[in-house]
Amino acid sequence: MSSSAHTAVATPGVPRLAQHFASLEVQNHAARLGMWLFLSTEILLFAGLFVCYGCYRYLFPEAFAAASRHLDLTMGTVNTVVLITSSLTAALAVHYAKEGKSNLVALMFGLTIAMACAFLVIKGFEYSHKFEEGALPGPYYRMQAVQLPGVPLYFTIYFLATGLHAFHVIIGMSVLVWLMIKAIRERNFGPNNYTAVELGSMYWHLVDLVWIFLFPLLYLI
Amino acid sequence: MSNLADKILFLPERASTFAEKVDNLHYFVVGVTMVSSIAVGLAALFMFFRYRRRTPNQATEYVVPNLPTEFLFVSVPLVFFLLWFAIGFRDFVFYTTPPKDTYDVYVMGKQWMWKFAYPEGPNGVNVLTVPANRPVRLLITSRDVLHSFYVPAFRIKMDALPGRYTQAWFEATKPGTYQVLCTEYCGLSHSKMLAEVVVLSPEDFEEWLKDQKRGRLAGRQDALADTSLVPPVARMAEQGQKLAGSQGCFKCHTMDGAQHIGPTFLGMYDRMEKLEDGKTIRVDEAYITQSMMDPGAHIVSGYKNVMPTFQGKLQGAETAAIVEFIKSLRTANVREGASQGPAYEPIQ
Amino acid sequence: MNPSSSTTAEGVLPAHDAHDAHHDHPSYLVDGTTIKSWLLTVDHKRIALMYLVWILLFFLVGGIFAMAIRIEMLTPGPTIMDAMTYNRTFTLHGMIMIFLFMIPAIPAVFGNFVLPLMLGAKDVAFPRLNLASLYIYLAGAFLALWGMLNGGLDTGWTFYTPYSTHTTTTVAPVLFGAFIIGFSSIATGLNFIVTIHTMRAPGITWFKIPLFGWALYATSCIQVLATPVIGLLLVIVSGEQLFHFGLFDPARGGDPVLFQHLFWFYSHPAVYIMVLPAFGVMSEIVATYSRKNIFGYRAVAYSSLGIAFVGFFVWGHHMFVSGQSTFDAGIFGVLTMLVGIFTAIKVFNWVGTVYKGAVEFRTPFAYFCGFLFFTVFGGMTGIAVATTSLDVHWHDTYFVVAHFHFIMVGATIMAFLAALHYWFPKMFGKTYHEGWGLVSAALIILGFNATFIPQFLLGNYGMPRRYFEYPERFQALNVASTAGSSLLAFGFIIIAIYLTYSLAYGRASGQNPWRSKGYEWLMASPPPTHNFVGPQPTYPEEPHFYVDPKKAEVPDVV
Repeated sequence: MSSSAHTAVATPGVPRLAQHFASLEVQNHAARLGMWLFLSTEILLFAGLFVCYGCYRYLFPEAFAAASRHLDLTMGTVNTVVLITSSLTAALAVHYAKEGKSNLVALMFGLTIAMACAFLVIKGFEYSHKFEEGALPGPYYRMQAVQLPGVPLYFTIYFLATGLHAFHVIIGMSVLVWLMIKAIRERNFGPNNYTAVELGSMYWHLVDLVWIFLFPLLYLI
Repeated sequence: MSNLADKILFLPERASTFAEKVDNLHYFVVGVTMVSSIAVGLAALFMFFRYRRRTPNQATEYVVPNLPTEFLFVSVPLVFFLLWFAIGFRDFVFYTTPPKDTYDVYVMGKQWMWKFAYPEGPNGVNVLTVPANRPVRLLITSRDVLHSFYVPAFRIKMDALPGRYTQAWFEATKPGTYQVLCTEYCGLSHSKMLAEVVVLSPEDFEEWLKDQKRGRLAGRQDALADTSLVPPVARMAEQGQKLAGSQGCFKCHTMDGAQHIGPTFLGMYDRMEKLEDGKTIRVDEAYITQSMMDPGAHIVSGYKNVMPTFQGKLQGAETAAIVEFIKSLRTANVREGASQGPAYEPIQ
Repeated sequence: MNPSSSTTAEGVLPAHDAHDAHHDHPSYLVDGTTIKSWLLTVDHKRIALMYLVWILLFFLVGGIFAMAIRIEMLTPGPTIMDAMTYNRTFTLHGMIMIFLFMIPAIPAVFGNFVLPLMLGAKDVAFPRLNLASLYIYLAGAFLALWGMLNGGLDTGWTFYTPYSTHTTTTVAPVLFGAFIIGFSSIATGLNFIVTIHTMRAPGITWFKIPLFGWALYATSCIQVLATPVIGLLLVIVSGEQLFHFGLFDPARGGDPVLFQHLFWFYSHPAVYIMVLPAFGVMSEIVATYSRKNIFGYRAVAYSSLGIAFVGFFVWGHHMFVSGQSTFDAGIFGVLTMLVGIFTAIKVFNWVGTVYKGAVEFRTPFAYFCGFLFFTVFGGMTGIAVATTSLDVHWHDTYFVVAHFHFIMVGATIMAFLAALHYWFPKMFGKTYHEGWGLVSAALIILGFNATFIPQFLLGNYGMPRRYFEYPERFQALNVASTAGSSLLAFGFIIIAIYLTYSLAYGRASGQNPWRSKGYEWLMASPPPTHNFVGPQPTYPEEPHFYVDPKKAEVPDVV
């Protein structure tokens, strides 16, 4: 009965080689290439939203500028710093994985996850503030402070973009939790076995990168 | 010769200056397509025969294309494709650039009819009257969803967008009646959203205009996106349509001339109706209002006395709005006689 | 029949015939006979077969709706259904055919089955992802079908706003189902790209990859890059229909033309997802049945990449009369002409392959003939509609319908049927009756012409698309088209019958009934579970190298 069968018992520090790959090197190369391709799909997913943003910003410049000023810049900046730092800890996790220090890998990922939680909590505060103010998408918009044509569109894009991003933050967190558990349980990472950590970290960097584009577009300009 | 081509290709008659250009390029493209398809086909068939397999494991020569051959294969089609693009784009620019002094008409598509309004007066539902040999510009918008204004005989088409104006222009070359079809799927009766362009000779058109102005037609219809410019009467017509929907009038009265339980609203206003008791009556504001309040008083001959009364259900202003709505459904088709079947006959 | 030729150019793998393989190394078909061994397989060949079953089933459903449309079009007024049902029917036909059939068909079935064989690999790069893509596809398909049959969509497969956000028919499940299917498409594309990059046997350099591989590579690039955009759009429109945020609704400041841009940014490259694999299949078939190297291998390979690349920049040719600017129309128009050139290159190279070849006229080659005519004619009419001034008349009429059916059915489905017949022995180790194959190919080609040529004329005449009732003057051509479609349907039915019969009672085919030198024929037919046993095969020559080794030296590969 066939499956992507493993070779013999897993040896510590060496990942299992799937049967259909010619060598471990090929397997790692394939995994990395696959992840890069997947990341490119994520970029294109957000690209559609950026196009919508660009189009409507061009059509409603005052409304977008006014609405943008009503976002909480402090919370947004804190979130940015938090996320960038979490990218740092994720990168450090890869570094420690290459050195075989699985404990530190788990710690770094733990920090990353904690910071991601902080990001989501701050985002939650921002959202609830918007619900109170009435800065909601489309027909639900009732914020008296900014009443220009096109403002509800701004908030539609705001909620769609940040919501989709938050969804990806959660996915990223789940991946990192899994990696953290793997680090604690198997203690297996080493110079020949860090691909999983690398891929998870790559995904997290993408999540961070999307925010780095979202933040200026929504909060700064 | 081109008549034969038109017959084979099922091309409709050419009735605009743009149509001439389009069809000339069309003949060019179709001709080359036919020739090249046949050439490729014949070459292939010849080679299937000439190079048929003679032994089961027959070896073959390793043929490599030389650069001049590949270059030829690429450049010949490229030359044709770019030539067609150039001619086509030149004609497209002609189509999208109306000349300076066009005769403007506002076109509004809505589910599922076309309304036309002229700046200085008459309007029509589903019939657009224009002069021949004069550039006419259509300013097209939609009331609800996407529609598309297509006149095959003129070879013109332009989408009708809600919230925006698009434009198309044409110069009709001969008097006649040409069909308009909606070419962007817009819901249930998309395929019934037909209209006509009636092209009159310049003198006949002047006559028609004078006739319309003499008539009791109201001002510009609500074909404008900026509703603050719309005269109050037309806004009442909008309100009236909403009421007619919510009060259930459309259960028995159609808007498009089709026969139903009650007389159709299309062309109802100012119609001479024959009543059950043999008298004739002109359908004016008074009669319509009376029909809403006391429907059994004067019933059009041939129809049953099943209309409920709306006394107490409609305010004065609301009945007036419904009257304005019915007035807005006037057609330019002049029809004598009482309600009997569709007011609009499609063109063959 | 001698399963392999006697020259050593076949490759080092000794010729196991089906009999041997059956004993020591069972074929993938019988290696594991429980339901679980099929449902949880990671063998690319079994996954391909499961895809085949479902894809054919969905094709049948889409085809039934097509017949319903044609029967309804027999008379100018209502024939067998009312307007709302008809609007749903053509929407269903489009949705099913495009998302459930055309996009996955050749890649998910034949790509999955044949690509690893062609590359000398044991499987694709991510076999479990492959299995997941099948189940994702089925999940999305069932959700979409459920939605369509429960108050289903009537917007047309293009679901333009604002109608799609205002219609009272069921939008969200159908669009969300299509969104889910998108993930399957991305997964397949990703898998193929990584497979081609990392799992080629030693000796298979980039320019020895069979042309079907190049075609799949280009297709996969498009799948990976374009699908996310429509995915986002599908989610947004589903949300719009439920919550009416107004992103594309002019009443709230939205722009319906923005929707069209986002929609066609995917949907134009999508048509290349549908046609590039077909081109790849045909490159293989023409080489095998002409028993000759493909003429201009590199040109064909590069043209696949060229189509994929330029195809991303031409979407606006669907929007010439949408209110788009004249300048944009010009840019999109001229770029579309360039895409046509790449297809012309392929056509010349296929015909050039037959030149000085040794043609054996078998069923797949019969499909190639139909395919060649339909590609040239359909492609040229594509160039014609891309000509901006002509498209003003033809946009959204039956001319466009005929054009895309010429390519989608005339090119892609011909290629699908050709692939089915060509790789039937590879997949099942059996042959089918050649006479029935040729008869049904003829029926399909004739029926197809009879169905869709009248539709070109209908478009010229001025009949718009998606018309439930139509003015009487269009009736004669519609009747002609319906008559042709029944011939077409009949052809498909015959194929279904004899191929099913051959599955059970067909004669054993041997490893290489076509005496082809394509790489996939170096392995047993049907292959064992891991494609080959023993050492990795080597590939001293390029695929489809039919030169007599005793002859003089061969010029350098171009």
